[in-house]
Amino acid sequence: MESPAASIIVKSVWKGDYLFLIRTLVEKDFKIRYRNMSLGVLWSLLNPLIMMALLTFIFTKIFSGAQEKNFPIAVLCGLVPLNFFTLAWMTGASSIFDNAHLVKKVPVPRLVFPIASVLSNCMHLLIQIALLLGIVLVFGPGINIHWLWLPLIWALEILFVLGLALAFSAVNVYVRDTRYVIESANTVLFWLVPVFYSFAVIPVRFRGLYEINPVAALVLMMRNVLLEGHAPLASTLIRLAIVSFGMFGLGWVVFGRLKNGFYARL
Amino acid sequence: MLIDFQNASKCFPHSAGRQLLRTHIARWFGRVRHEPFWALRKVSFGLDHGESLAIVGSNGAGKSTLLSLAAGLTAPDEGQVRINGRIAALLELGAGFHLDLTGAENLVLNAALLGLSKRKTDEVFDRVVEFSGIGEFIDDPLRTYSSGMIMRLAFSVAIQCDPDILLIDEVLGVGDARFQEKCREALHAFRRAGKSMLFVSHAPSAVADMCDRALWLDHGSVMMDGPVQEVLDAYGGRAAMRQGL
Repeated sequence: MESPAASIIVKSVWKGDYLFLIRTLVEKDFKIRYRNMSLGVLWSLLNPLIMMALLTFIFTKIFSGAQEKNFPIAVLCGLVPLNFFTLAWMTGASSIFDNAHLVKKVPVPRLVFPIASVLSNCMHLLIQIALLLGIVLVFGPGINIHWLWLPLIWALEILFVLGLALAFSAVNVYVRDTRYVIESANTVLFWLVPVFYSFAVIPVRFRGLYEINPVAALVLMMRNVLLEGHAPLASTLIRLAIVSFGMFGLGWVVFGRLKNGFYARL
Repeated sequence: MLIDFQNASKCFPHSAGRQLLRTHIARWFGRVRHEPFWALRKVSFGLDHGESLAIVGSNGAGKSTLLSLAAGLTAPDEGQVRINGRIAALLELGAGFHLDLTGAENLVLNAALLGLSKRKTDEVFDRVVEFSGIGEFIDDPLRTYSSGMIMRLAFSVAIQCDPDILLIDEVLGVGDARFQEKCREALHAFRRAGKSMLFVSHAPSAVADMCDRALWLDHGSVMMDGPVQEVLDAYGGRAAMRQGL
């Protein structure tokens, strides 16, 4: 059906300001989410705290097998990355579909939607990280020089999620069942990411599996820095970097190849 | 040439809207054979600097598809479309408007979507507010606006963002009589500034007033392309004939 001669040559239909647009979209998300809530940003803090309390209760009082000294903080080190990852992946993946009215009516570059979606989740992430760091300062071991690793670790993780969001938001337009795949994957992740257990209990033959999982790697490194007070292992960091850049590149390519079909399928 | 269509055709698969895994698997096994639907067939025309072209035709003639191609929203399946210039497409007034945001916040978001920079947005902000006549309500949430006010705000952003080409899809019925007159004046001023327009409307008077050339589409094909009055006469005659039958 597609003849080789078919083409569209577009010069400067949209030569707008990417940064301004993405910033405005992120601000919009943030305002909409919090304007109709009396507690506002507190909700972002309440959810991880409730989960932390719940998991701490179950694994120190019911199963009482938790051996870590700072168990609640260790749990929070797992919850914050996992929450960010699942939410950002989910909303990023549906971003093109959710903005169908804009994709079909405004010649704005399509990739701003998944990117803005992930970045607006980063806003909530910042709030939750602030909470986590505050708790470490007050109840945990306190600050150390290795905190300087945190921005790099998180930047890599966000890059990974951006890649996922690009790829899945495009695929989601073609195959609407994608969201159920993501939902199931996220359920599996809750158990396969060491949220309420430590790396030490994982049998050696399964460790490789955990180390290439970027979310698990992130949890491991957060605990290294915040609880154990040492720098993340170079090998883990390099693996995360490779996986993140790889995923971002893949997402970029997939999105670029599929974006021309959005209009007819939305 | 700002916009140049060369034998452009656009077809839509009939399964559109049912993008399920099932559909794709069935296609891999070759079980589904849909006749494609050609919304546009071998359409050729050009739009020059300072020209305004009306697109007329009955419902389903392909007018909106043509505008979508001209706006660079989608690529043709055959032929070529060249676009050269910054386009503000009024295919939908108030793209991205959200009822929970204030008029001012929506204005900025809309301007960013249309491609304005931060500086340019700050520059035109007051002019947009003034043109819209929203006044002090600009800081109230959009859900307190009447639909006329929302349309006025949306139209004001688009006309003030100073594009090279304006694509307009049936939007002149916006607001009250006074605001419509204001829009008409703004569009005429836009034309006098040497800018171009692609204009879709069912109102012959608006078409004749706004454009010097018209293109008549029927079932995705160009029936006629010429001076606006001639095309309107031919199109009107055909419509009358159909009704007579």
